[in-house]
Amino acid sequence: MAYAAGVDVGSTQTKAVIINEHREIASRALTDTGANVIQAAEAAFEEALRNGDLREEEVEYVVGTGYGRYKVTFGNTQVTEISCHGRGAVHMFPGTRTVVDMGGQDTKAIRVAETGEIVDFCMNDKCAAGTGRFLGAASSALEIALPDLGPTALRGERAVKISTTCTVFAESEVLSWLGKGKKIEDILLGVHKSIATRSAGLLRRVGIEEEVTFTGGVAKNVAMIETLNERLGLKVNVSEESHYMGALGAALFALDHIVASRAPVKAVGGKP
Amino acid sequence: MTEATGGQTLVGRGNEQGALLFRQWFDELHRTAEAGGTAAYVFVMGSMNELLSVFDFPVVFPEINSLQTAVRHVAHEYLNEAEDYGYSPDICGYVKADVATQLRGGELPMGRIPKPGIAVYTNACNTYIKWAEIWERMYEVPTFALDVPGTRSAGAQTWPGDSDFENDRRYVEAQIKELITVCEAVSGKKFDIDKLRESMGHANTMSAEWKRVLELNRSRPSLFNALTDGTIFLGVSNGFRGKEAGASYFQALVEEMEYKADNGIGTLTDEQYRLVFVGVPCYPMFRRFNELFTEWGGTFVNSTYLWFASGGSNLGFQYDLERPLESLAEGVLVSVRDAMDSMFYQTGILHDMIEGYAIDGVVYHPIKSCRTVSTGLADSRRDLMEARDIATLFVESDMMDRRVVSEAQLKNRADAFFEGLAARRHQAAIGKAV
Repeated sequence: MAYAAGVDVGSTQTKAVIINEHREIASRALTDTGANVIQAAEAAFEEALRNGDLREEEVEYVVGTGYGRYKVTFGNTQVTEISCHGRGAVHMFPGTRTVVDMGGQDTKAIRVAETGEIVDFCMNDKCAAGTGRFLGAASSALEIALPDLGPTALRGERAVKISTTCTVFAESEVLSWLGKGKKIEDILLGVHKSIATRSAGLLRRVGIEEEVTFTGGVAKNVAMIETLNERLGLKVNVSEESHYMGALGAALFALDHIVASRAPVKAVGGKP
Repeated sequence: MTEATGGQTLVGRGNEQGALLFRQWFDELHRTAEAGGTAAYVFVMGSMNELLSVFDFPVVFPEINSLQTAVRHVAHEYLNEAEDYGYSPDICGYVKADVATQLRGGELPMGRIPKPGIAVYTNACNTYIKWAEIWERMYEVPTFALDVPGTRSAGAQTWPGDSDFENDRRYVEAQIKELITVCEAVSGKKFDIDKLRESMGHANTMSAEWKRVLELNRSRPSLFNALTDGTIFLGVSNGFRGKEAGASYFQALVEEMEYKADNGIGTLTDEQYRLVFVGVPCYPMFRRFNELFTEWGGTFVNSTYLWFASGGSNLGFQYDLERPLESLAEGVLVSVRDAMDSMFYQTGILHDMIEGYAIDGVVYHPIKSCRTVSTGLADSRRDLMEARDIATLFVESDMMDRRVVSEAQLKNRADAFFEGLAARRHQAAIGKAV
């Protein structure tokens, strides 16, 4: 059995996924990226090998993705996370035509063709508003753990209006709402709605075509799913593997290379 | 001269001679400044260089000076100085670099430039007007605004013979006559119509050859990179318009490009993707920005920048030297209007270019500090993509300010763009095979 791996080195977390030649996930792993990006990539890959009870030599091809993709030193090639999230989303939900990926430092809106080919994409520019970091700022200001943010926000009834578009200023704004006696859940609901609004704006720039699949670490947040559904007026696809979608897409590209090396058809994806 | 020797001499000559002419130009400006002389401050979209050379004004293009500070990686010093002086971080970076230049007594990395004795500008960029007012306040020099009627709506240009065009031409001609009076007063020299004819003749040669250079890049592989080599050509086309040196330069450039076309000499050894660039270059990381594309075998074969920043001379308009003032007005109207169209109504022209130059993708590059060029780009891109199946990339940075330029973000987007182009090509190959 041949295996292929994808390692997604994100700004906050590094994910590794290993798939078999039937495109099934054999194992996965997640680790904090930290300051040593090379080490994080290695650690995630090694953990994925252990989790799948696999040996390194069984993995024939590795694709690095994410902002640290060129630091996946053991990888065979690199593919951007834009292509990888698109590919992973279409694999999990074949009806996907639009992807919204919310990561630690950026949010991407991606429009894909039936084949998984990227038709258009758009990302937040030089500002972390509307990304996971925005939620991190709220978590820190309100002293609520990240996993509890979503459930707390869903208890909100009267969302406050978060007007700032800057993550740094958002923290001050959250504190000022606290000072005015607003409930934490209403403030958090406001934060989620604000992010949903910005993400919807990005999506509109590429054109929203159903089905929409929500990927990235923030897709684990139930309030983010709810507010995004409400803002878009549809129900986004969310997979158990959402957090790993970039790594999964990378692994699928890696498998393409393995298949191509056995057939006379040239593989696509990855820098020449 | 043998063909081989000729070829070796020819290839790269345009870039070398362009750099040399630039050096000579700035040496002359430096000497003028040291001698306490002044210059005509002008802009790339409607410099009126043909007319100003009649009065022997040295010309200063503040836009070119400012972008040079960015290419030489010192723009941030100039921008910070202007911001410390009170200019907002959000206004045109070219203006701020020029303000700092003036505060430094004209000191630039390329040499010292003289103070303005007169400023001449068109309405092609709204910032020109406010910019000239700064010099007016600083130096109490005369400024002259040439109001060139633009296209009323996309695709609705009028041409010589149309009554609307004739009205517009008369309006421009009347202003040119006023400008002549101002130039006579500032220079102390009498207007010489034969000298104008001579200058316009050189401009005719330059325009015709510039148009030819652009057309020659339809060749496969492309002969020059519109973003990098093209910017050198642009500098000469602006600084030496209406001058014999400028006309000769472009004649030689055509010779070089024809040689390269005949011998299949391209800018890349393996040209994979032919691209068009829309907007103003990212001068703070000028070479690196281009490499983000060439690394994938992508090369810019044309750009809207080569059109509007050459003041519309890409059209190759030919002045009628038998009726110089009338024809100068006609040419200014046609060319400056086209420069504006290249910024505001470029979609139609892009369609022609995509077909004529076998374009694989269009790169839109809005910049933070120029609303004039950047505002409509998102709409233009949407229109283009709705009208035809073409890959596009929308990346934002700046022409001057490295604080808003992120190489990692630009690279990520460029890489994704090429992955998409590769997938597109692969799908097309599968489709053909089926």
